[in-house]
Amino acid sequence: MDSTAVVVAFWALAALTLGSAVMVASVRDLVHAVLFLILSFIGVAGLYLTLSADFVAVVQVLVYAGAIAVLMLFAILLTPRAARDNATISYRAPVSIVAGLVGVVIVFAALKTPWATTADDDRFPTTARAIGNALLDPFVLPFEIASVLLVVAIIGAIVLVRPGEAGPGREDRP
Amino acid sequence: MIELEHVLVVGALLFSVGLYVALSRRNAVGILMGVELMLNAVNLNLIGFARFVESPRPIDGHVFAVFVITVAAAEAAVALALAVSVYRLRGSIDVDRLDSLKW
Repeated sequence: MDSTAVVVAFWALAALTLGSAVMVASVRDLVHAVLFLILSFIGVAGLYLTLSADFVAVVQVLVYAGAIAVLMLFAILLTPRAARDNATISYRAPVSIVAGLVGVVIVFAALKTPWATTADDDRFPTTARAIGNALLDPFVLPFEIASVLLVVAIIGAIVLVRPGEAGPGREDRP
Repeated sequence: MIELEHVLVVGALLFSVGLYVALSRRNAVGILMGVELMLNAVNLNLIGFARFVESPRPIDGHVFAVFVITVAAAEAAVALALAVSVYRLRGSIDVDRLDSLKW
């Protein structure tokens, strides 16, 4: 694979991802924020491709840009009278300081640690077969627990939003 | 040549932007957006480690990323159901006003 093209693609996708994330933080309307969030997810999927993680990139597009973004749009559309704007919070400056400090600390730790990197340049020709084998040999128990977790989450979501008598405290609506 | 540090720096910046979103939004769905951005940053770091760090089983980073995506999907489903349910009860999902548990 052409190394220069990969580097250019990596930094372009990183700029797309970070720019969309900043737009998520700064745009006022929540629907626009979800659209920028989708763009950021797709940028992250492209970054996975430049790091030769093809299967995870496809899963990222399917699950994040597809399912989770649609869920968020539905949640926004189902709460129409909620405040959609990024209403002014009084502690915006401390929040930016905390987020900036966390970022600086992580960057510092990442740059100062002597990572044991490998020089192997095409380590993963394809990953789907290796991931499938890993899910069935060393990771079979977490794999099964993940499926149980998904079932529990689906049933919990259905119970939470089911209309009718089951809603707890439905009578003390303000 | 992409280095491991480049991936980690991009991941750290994405994480801090997600942290800012999660802390500064007042709408519950907005907070969830910030959490998803942070999870994406973590996944990016995992994929970077799997690609660059010397390891006997380098594919494990990809498996971890797949598990993180699975748990994020479950978490998003439950959190958005909670948001809709709270909205039905209170008419608002502004987290500053959800103070029923405050004594």
